[in-house]
Amino acid sequence: MIRALVLFAALAIFPLVMQAMDALFYVSFASRVLIYAIAATSLNLVLGYGGMVSFGHAAFFGAGAFVVGILAVEGVRSAWIAWPAAIAVAALAALVIGAMSLRTRGVYFIMITLAFAQMMYYIFVSLKAYGGDDGLSMPGRSTIGFDVNLRNDLVWYYIVLALLAAVLYGLHRLVHSRFGRVIDAIRENEARAEAIGFPVYRYKLLCFVISGAVAGLAGALIANQSSYVSPSLLHWIQSGTLMIMVILGGVGTLWGGVIGAAVLLLLEHLIADYRIGWLAALAPNYQDHAGLAVGIVLLTIVMLAPEGIAGLFKGRRHA
Amino acid sequence: MSAILFLEQSLNGVQFGLMLFLLAAGLTLVFGIMDMINLAHGSLYMIGAYFMASFVQATGSFWLGLPLALGATALVGAALEISLLRRLYGRDHLTQVLATFAIILIANEAVRIAWGSQPIMLNPPAALTGPVTLPGGLQYASYRLLIIGVGAAVALALYVLVTRTRVGMLVRAGASNREMAVAMGVDIRRLFTVVFALGAALCALAGAMLGPILAVQVGMGENILILAFVVIVIGGIGSIRGAFVGSLLVGIVDTSGRAFLPLAFGAFLPPQFASAAGPAIASVLIYVLMAGVLYFRPQGLFPARG
Repeated sequence: MIRALVLFAALAIFPLVMQAMDALFYVSFASRVLIYAIAATSLNLVLGYGGMVSFGHAAFFGAGAFVVGILAVEGVRSAWIAWPAAIAVAALAALVIGAMSLRTRGVYFIMITLAFAQMMYYIFVSLKAYGGDDGLSMPGRSTIGFDVNLRNDLVWYYIVLALLAAVLYGLHRLVHSRFGRVIDAIRENEARAEAIGFPVYRYKLLCFVISGAVAGLAGALIANQSSYVSPSLLHWIQSGTLMIMVILGGVGTLWGGVIGAAVLLLLEHLIADYRIGWLAALAPNYQDHAGLAVGIVLLTIVMLAPEGIAGLFKGRRHA
Repeated sequence: MSAILFLEQSLNGVQFGLMLFLLAAGLTLVFGIMDMINLAHGSLYMIGAYFMASFVQATGSFWLGLPLALGATALVGAALEISLLRRLYGRDHLTQVLATFAIILIANEAVRIAWGSQPIMLNPPAALTGPVTLPGGLQYASYRLLIIGVGAAVALALYVLVTRTRVGMLVRAGASNREMAVAMGVDIRRLFTVVFALGAALCALAGAMLGPILAVQVGMGENILILAFVVIVIGGIGSIRGAFVGSLLVGIVDTSGRAFLPLAFGAFLPPQFASAAGPAIASVLIYVLMAGVLYFRPQGLFPARG
């Protein structure tokens, strides 16, 4: 608890320091990291705590973003309407997709969530009225009234930070509630939880819907971050990226999503924007190939830390 | 909708389906025998297409380039299996997804470094650039007919290999019950490497054949990989027969959906709605098919494990 407060205090001071150093770019970058932290945390709820390997989480993230984007283009700019709408649509999508997917197990669950996400991706790609392939430019960020201007990057950062804090606190309360214990039990041994008398399917579905709703919130924020929504937010590579963040940071840990999002985005940023002398001497164009380094780092972590990931999933390998 | 158009779209569907089968066959065996999700399968398809482009340019001949590209990709596949993937067989699916996802990122960048970011054009052999007239008066690209021929021949050869040879028997044994196959003395490690190299060569064949139709570019493997997964989930994991039926089903449904749905919608609905809804529904059709199959037959149409 103390550590969390210290961390949030540091995050709250960060933009002021950056402003003093005249490096406001980093405030905008940090907001992006915090938004991805919310998205990754939502995935961590189903993946880490619920043990459901959803490979289609970008669907809910992207759906939330598109709801805000489409409403903004249609003239509804108020965050009080657009953001809850994004959360509701993402939750509804998660309810429908989850209700069907959760009847399957193991590999089939991974594949069917992937298939549903691809479906959503193609639906948004073919929405020619709202940009289609090219994406959708919004007239600006949402408005929240009270003379607060979200277009100011500092204000925006604090809004995102507050929402992340709320999400983390909510997750903390959720996993320590009775609901969280049941989800724990289902992950550890589904048959036993069923035998004890818990309605396993309904618990898993609720967990999936909550996670989808939070991903929708993250989507609403990412749409506002750059005032632009692209179907690539729903692409399966995006689902994979969110999954990487969760694994990097720690599956089934409160801070996993936050740490993973920060590490991955910082790594990409450092490689693309900082020139390391000796590396540039070896390979002049290495900065154009950030994916290579991300891939190698990821592969190393996966190969060299077998128990780190597998330990949490022991005894639950299904064919 | 004329008969000619219908025939043409059916042939296109079969052609696409057969190429999907080349990918799905390798994928379903790796999945079925080794219980391993290999997202990097699409990268082998991409690498095969790039090898093809380079070898065709170096030798000046499509027919010399093809076996070279197949061999080189098989070597890459075998090297990948021995160095990395072998360590992933015993691990959970989440780990496999991540490790092979990392391999995709690495492969994409490696290709970008070696060949650059621009798409490469690959020409079909000079003798096959024109159309031929099929019975019934249909003008059809001769290169596409070649693809159908090659795909059908490979499918037949694979069928013979799997059902009539000793290697095929071992593969089937591994797919239906791995532990039992090991207990009966099958050297499963070597078998895995062979199957993987074969799968890689099939990927390269698909990449090389489709190269002249689609552009050879970074990321080309990712979209077709998802389709190949849809195919094997529909067909039943580990089953070559399922992969074959699933490929044709997906190929035909996808192609004819794209061709006919907008037309069909246009006949019933106001044009502005039809032009938007037609392509949208056509592109999700195969995913609806997959969701339907999984819902009613979770093991796929032809489950390999009894």
